[in-house]
Amino acid sequence: MSNKVIHAIYNDDDVLMDAVKQTRAAHHHIEEIYTPFPVHGLDKAMGLAPTRLAICAFIYGLVGLSIYTTLMNFVMINDWPQDIGGKPSFSYIDNMPAFVPIMFEGTVFFAAHLMVITFYMRSKLWPFKKAENPDVRTTDDHFLMEVGVHCNEEELVSFFTSTGAVEVKVVEKH
Amino acid sequence: MYTFSSKLKTFSFVLMILGAIGIGIGFMAAPKTIEDVEKLLADSHHGHEAAHVEKVAPHAVDTHVVADTVKVAEAHAIDSTHVAAHTTSVDSTAHAEDTTAVVAVAEAPAHSDNHDAHAKADAHSHDDHKEHLEHVLHQLQNKPWAALYVACIFFMLISVGVLAFYAIQYAAQAGWSPILFRVMEGITAYLLPGSIIFFVLLVAAGMHYNHLFVWMDPEVVNPESVKFDKLIFLKKGWLSVGRFLATAAIILVVWNFVRFKFRQNSLAQDSAEDNAPYKKNFKLAAFFLVFFIVSESIMSWDWIMSVDPHWYSTLFGWYVFASFFVSGITVIAMITLYLKSKGYLEHVNTSHIHDLAKFMFGISIFWTYLWFSQFMLIWYSNIPEEVTYFVTRIEHYKLPFFGMLALNFIFPLLILINTDFKRLTWIVVMAGIVILFGHYVDFFNMIMPATVGDQWFIGIPEIGALMFFLGLFIFVVFTALTKAPLVPKGNPFIEESKHFHY
Repeated sequence: MSNKVIHAIYNDDDVLMDAVKQTRAAHHHIEEIYTPFPVHGLDKAMGLAPTRLAICAFIYGLVGLSIYTTLMNFVMINDWPQDIGGKPSFSYIDNMPAFVPIMFEGTVFFAAHLMVITFYMRSKLWPFKKAENPDVRTTDDHFLMEVGVHCNEEELVSFFTSTGAVEVKVVEKH
Repeated sequence: MYTFSSKLKTFSFVLMILGAIGIGIGFMAAPKTIEDVEKLLADSHHGHEAAHVEKVAPHAVDTHVVADTVKVAEAHAIDSTHVAAHTTSVDSTAHAEDTTAVVAVAEAPAHSDNHDAHAKADAHSHDDHKEHLEHVLHQLQNKPWAALYVACIFFMLISVGVLAFYAIQYAAQAGWSPILFRVMEGITAYLLPGSIIFFVLLVAAGMHYNHLFVWMDPEVVNPESVKFDKLIFLKKGWLSVGRFLATAAIILVVWNFVRFKFRQNSLAQDSAEDNAPYKKNFKLAAFFLVFFIVSESIMSWDWIMSVDPHWYSTLFGWYVFASFFVSGITVIAMITLYLKSKGYLEHVNTSHIHDLAKFMFGISIFWTYLWFSQFMLIWYSNIPEEVTYFVTRIEHYKLPFFGMLALNFIFPLLILINTDFKRLTWIVVMAGIVILFGHYVDFFNMIMPATVGDQWFIGIPEIGALMFFLGLFIFVVFTALTKAPLVPKGNPFIEESKHFHY
């Protein structure tokens, strides 16, 4: 079976959005879309599952909160109780207001950094990664839609030309 | 055009009538003489105080106040679950024992903590007892006034918060919100009746019908008087009745005038041929926001912070603002959802509701941030004249004080953090009810400790006042909504707002 794909290139995000809707209506399988910038609503138009990154962030926040709570409890209460400004030093809850900024920052730090790292891993991005986009123009001002070829090739090409693509190519994918 | 349903109108009248009855009962039930107070105390909560006295000092019946105070302070010191009460109550024990004179200066004359000062020596114990009763009498006489005051300022400030939000929409040339402008204008219609009643209350305080503001008592700044208070004396350049009422009048007149012009231009824009009325509102919004941020701080010092004339906090204005701003936005969301459920505002979609809910969430967090910033610095530095503010609240207002944090922070945080939840009507309404109640309690906590002390209770006068102003609010707001089409069709951003979607 051939591993051919169609590369339909657009030069406007609104045209791209309409093309995506038409392609989905015609039941062609969109494999990937390369854009120079995030296009609002594209994920919904492509029918991608909603991101679960927010849930991850919430959990990371809770992890950060508990780590920093434990840390402050160990450092300031258990291991070496410190008397700062005459505050009671043998009870975490009595000292809690002083630790709130630290607990808050820890929550934010963990949620933010781990969320970014998760996002990179999920998008298969890491340092020295080779670019995957098939056409350099998608880093400038063009949008590329990659669609698998499963039926009549010529019909597909004319279909994509009719959706407003400035260029339609059939490529053998490795 | 919206028509005020007769059901809702009847409901608002019922609220007003029941509320007025409740307010009346509150004033009638307030004790008139010391004897009444003595009987009241003997009948009700005096019972448990007496029990303490018997345990601690059975023979010193007349000094029960100091015995009780020390006992309470000790109880706090032992009980490690009270977050900030720990050290601070140790302090107050010290006050009660040896620094009575300092306490007398450091705390407001009408404060419940003044009990400490009363119990200086056994020789004066009979006078002290009488003084204590007189003190409780004043607190109980203040109670219906304070209940009225809290509800009145709360609803008035909701309309002020909405006015500020509305002005921000104009100044920012926001494209999403014009579809909600008529709802906001409806809510700000309450500003006029609300501020008139409020100003009457302030005048009543200035004419000594009540003692909500202790600094208004001329004896307090009279060096010859026994009631003389040096700290208030030093502040009398600012804390004078004439200056107070004049500032209040200027602030309220400007706010009402700005509201009137906003509404006038907004209506004129509907039939205008160009955008001139819109541009006028844009400029007016810019002026108003500058005026507002200054006047709002001043009003928060005058109308709220000055009930505790010894205490001050530099971010108090922001904190009060966050409280009524989030309440105002919540009211916008709830009235919008109500109108939508009745089939009006067909262009309002879930994206608009989502945005309002994001504001409810965000400003709730902002409120918490300010509340905590104020609390933590005062708790940490533990300076007597500052920390008494929180000591009274934690000792006598434990439930409303910590309950408010759960209502205003933890609940909105957990329920509104989810994106999808912000689009669900029942979630937004439920969160809204909790937020509004929580911020009523917030205002309750700002006013009550200084005016009624430990005699607080959310009973008939408080609920009556709340019902009365809620009824009036509903009546005025929904009447104003019937006066103009709900879609401001001339607004240059109206198309964008109708198609707002993301």
